[in-house]
Amino acid sequence: MPASAEPPRRVVVERDGPILVEGPVEMTTDEGESVVSDRFVVAICTCRRSRIHPWCDTSHRRRKPAEEGEDTSP
Amino acid sequence: MTPSPEAHTHRPETEPALPDPRGPLSERVLAALAGRPGALPSEDETARADPYGDDLQLLLYVLYELHYRGFAEVDEALEWEPRLLAVRAAAEDVFLRALREGTTGGKDVEEAVGALLLEPVGDDGHSVSHHLQREGTLEQLREYAALRSLYHLKEADPHVWVVPRLRGRAKAAMVAVEYDEFGAGRAENIHARLYADLMADLGLDPAYGRYLETAPAEALATVNQMSLFGLHRRLRGALVGHFAAVEITSSPGSRRLAKALRRAGAGAAAQRFYDEHVEADAVHEQVVRRDVIGGLLEDEPQLAPDIVLGIETTGLLEDRLGEHLLASWRGGRTALRTPPSASS
Ligand code: FES
Ligand SMILES: [Fe+2]
Ligand SMILES: [Fe+2]
Repeated sequence: MPASAEPPRRVVVERDGPILVEGPVEMTTDEGESVVSDRFVVAICTCRRSRIHPWCDTSHRRRKPAEEGEDTSP
Repeated sequence: MTPSPEAHTHRPETEPALPDPRGPLSERVLAALAGRPGALPSEDETARADPYGDDLQLLLYVLYELHYRGFAEVDEALEWEPRLLAVRAAAEDVFLRALREGTTGGKDVEEAVGALLLEPVGDDGHSVSHHLQREGTLEQLREYAALRSLYHLKEADPHVWVVPRLRGRAKAAMVAVEYDEFGAGRAENIHARLYADLMADLGLDPAYGRYLETAPAEALATVNQMSLFGLHRRLRGALVGHFAAVEITSSPGSRRLAKALRRAGAGAAAQRFYDEHVEADAVHEQVVRRDVIGGLLEDEPQLAPDIVLGIETTGLLEDRLGEHLLASWRGGRTALRTPPSASS
């Protein structure tokens, strides 16, 4: 095997969350579509709930009843 | 030479003018910035100010602004003028004390982060992004964009100040996220620039500082918090906690705001800012939690209460702003001090 100057790509598997891969990434989805992300880390959805599949959009998060809701989001 | 992608849109930007005072304290500070003679507020007077009031928040805002881009015709040397720094310190004491008193505190970072990771199932009636998604009018979206421009036109700037205070894993991860915020090497992708495009799309003037005058104290406080945490090394834990809270809550909120803009008929550039944040902040959240918070706690475990402080004060100030926005809109009023005028 030829020696590579590149260090091995780091992949982190989040429990109940996405797989984090060092970018850029070219991914072929199960529908055969090829998508590219050049972010420094790419979060690949594993829960299949993401609305921007194949990337994670935090839809994997656990839900809580709205009454206790507190939302600091923009 | 090939022109850079932004060559055709680039025009030299002048720094903003000083705003009008909002009370006796800000009046004297603004006079000093304008170079007029007169006494500055004393420490005692400042200590008695309402921590969340317009007067104190504007005073802090203009003094902090000297560290960002300053104001037109204000002497740049005033940034480090000891008498102004003394006024700022007294005002910061008032603000920080209120922030501490308004939060529960503690040292369980995991619990504080965990609370942010639970998504409300529906609208609890207190969330601005839920409101805008469901029934926000284009005018409300313009108001929201105008007052958020105080932060988003300096997006990620106050967080850079923490970098020299971090080490190893926390530092590398923080810089990686900031690199993404600053467009990963491309000026046209700087998040603050995407925000300016959003503003122009909504018919707002994207000039830096343009809407300071219209922004209520609740909006100033959210930005003052970042400046406070960013400028003080002793508050580095709070800065990191604050940054984590923003990144964690941003992605779902951005999805709702992108939807709101789409529904209200805003253009592509307006939607792009929030679409980008849905994807980017799903990544940023993971990196900030794992490596920035994780790395900092490994290096300096004693900072856990400060990280919790930053998470909680972010929630506190966002809730205060949200309450103001929703109460104004539900009462049929503008949420701004003066309605935003169109660009040009
Ligand atoms: S893993 Fe995050 S949305 Fe699916
Ligand atoms: Fe951003
Ligand atoms: Fe981000």
